Amino acid sequence: MPHRSICAATFKRIGESAILHDRENRVIRDGDAMSELWEILWLTVRVSGLAVLISAVVGVPLGAWLGLARFRGKSLVVAAVHTGMALPPVVVGLVLFILLSNSGPLASLDWLFTSRAMVVAQTVLALPFVVGITRNAVAAVPADFVLQVRATGASHRQTRWTLLREARDGVALAVAAAFGRSISEVGAVLIVGGNIQGHTRVLTTAIVLETGKGQFQFALALSAVLLGLAVLVNLFILRMQYGRRLA
Amino acid sequence: MNGEVCCRLSGVRKRHDASFMLEVEDLQIATGEMLCLLGPTGAGKSTLLRLLSALEQSSAGEVKIFDHRLDRDPLPLSRQRKIAMVFQRPQLLSGTVRANIEYGLRVRGERANLADRVDAVLRRLNLQPLAGQAATKLSGGQAQLVALARALVVEPELLLLDEPTSQLDPAHVALVEQAVVDERKSPERTIVWATHNLFQARRISERVAFLLNGELIEVSSSDKFFESPSDPRTAEFVEGKMIY
Repeated sequence: MPHRSICAATFKRIGESAILHDRENRVIRDGDAMSELWEILWLTVRVSGLAVLISAVVGVPLGAWLGLARFRGKSLVVAAVHTGMALPPVVVGLVLFILLSNSGPLASLDWLFTSRAMVVAQTVLALPFVVGITRNAVAAVPADFVLQVRATGASHRQTRWTLLREARDGVALAVAAAFGRSISEVGAVLIVGGNIQGHTRVLTTAIVLETGKGQFQFALALSAVLLGLAVLVNLFILRMQYGRRLA
Repeated sequence: MNGEVCCRLSGVRKRHDASFMLEVEDLQIATGEMLCLLGPTGAGKSTLLRLLSALEQSSAGEVKIFDHRLDRDPLPLSRQRKIAMVFQRPQLLSGTVRANIEYGLRVRGERANLADRVDAVLRRLNLQPLAGQAATKLSGGQAQLVALARALVVEPELLLLDEPTSQLDPAHVALVEQAVVDERKSPERTIVWATHNLFQARRISERVAFLLNGELIEVSSSDKFFESPSDPRTAEFVEGKMIY
């Protein structure tokens, strides 16, 4: 009985078909492997995409506010945000694990070893990138620019929106960096997700598992998929960034 | 002029940085008048204009614009939108020249006849050939013209101009001066024009306010200012003897 798990298989792409071999190099059904690969890919996109979306929705306005506001202790807040960019994923994973575990304060959510916990972990890691880079982009716009936009009759809200549009290169970079942080992260999602097949396994955790098992070919194939996904998303962000720009 | 006061400053102090303080004991600007703020570079003209624009607050004293005390409350947006200011170094939005000029109308929600109003201002300032160009690629002089067009298109009641011709050639200086003089056909339109150029001040103003080292030295009619100034420092400046 061949072991049907993708984890024990070598993935080869020949023409249009994907063929999997088990440890004894016996061919196992294409469909199982492909469907599991799609499952992993789809979960990766879902978890990282949601984490980046939440980070952008929360982080872009927060970064814009931080770039414009003047208050006592601002430098400390900025330092904290920048420190957040260097948060070790395993530490984030460990803290979230403790919070979500049966004896933790958030146990009632029952999110441990679910994709929701993975989204939370990746959001925690990506948010400081969005806030920090957006803040820098907004703060780099000359102070006089804000005054001049307001002098044309823009409200505070319209001024902030205009400022974000002007700083869109930085905002796009913030989103790209957040996506990079999310999709490449392994430590936190491994701890809070558990790398459960068909449930919480994403590309990075699958690569770790395959490498540990010595299935380098398959790990490399998954890495190529991961890189391809990163390229596609960054091309999309560049398109959004420059698509409407004047030649 | 209809005798109403558009702006009134009393005992105003505005600290710009550690080394500069603007002091204006008393200044009234009547609705519909054209006042020229004259003074050498660094005299405080831009700081005073920013106070009049209601975008910056004074450090002390009373600033009243359209009968509203700015030292108590910020100007409501509806009144703020009756003021337009052209800055000495204009910062334009990325996008076309036309988009920049439309911006003030769009933020006010004035979509009716938007294209016609923009076209009219483009024609007045000979900017039609630049309408589709990227605003960020303009020369300094062209950017000043676009900034002026952006201010004129919203038909403000209070128009503040901070050295709006400092980067223009003589032909365009004449064009801008004529365009601003034309604006005065509306009796409700008050214009405050800051310049360090004596000749320009004489050409365009009805009244002149002279600033020196952050202090308002003298305010008088244009004729009196240039023919028989009250303050010896004004006389020195007018006669070109002042070295600063």
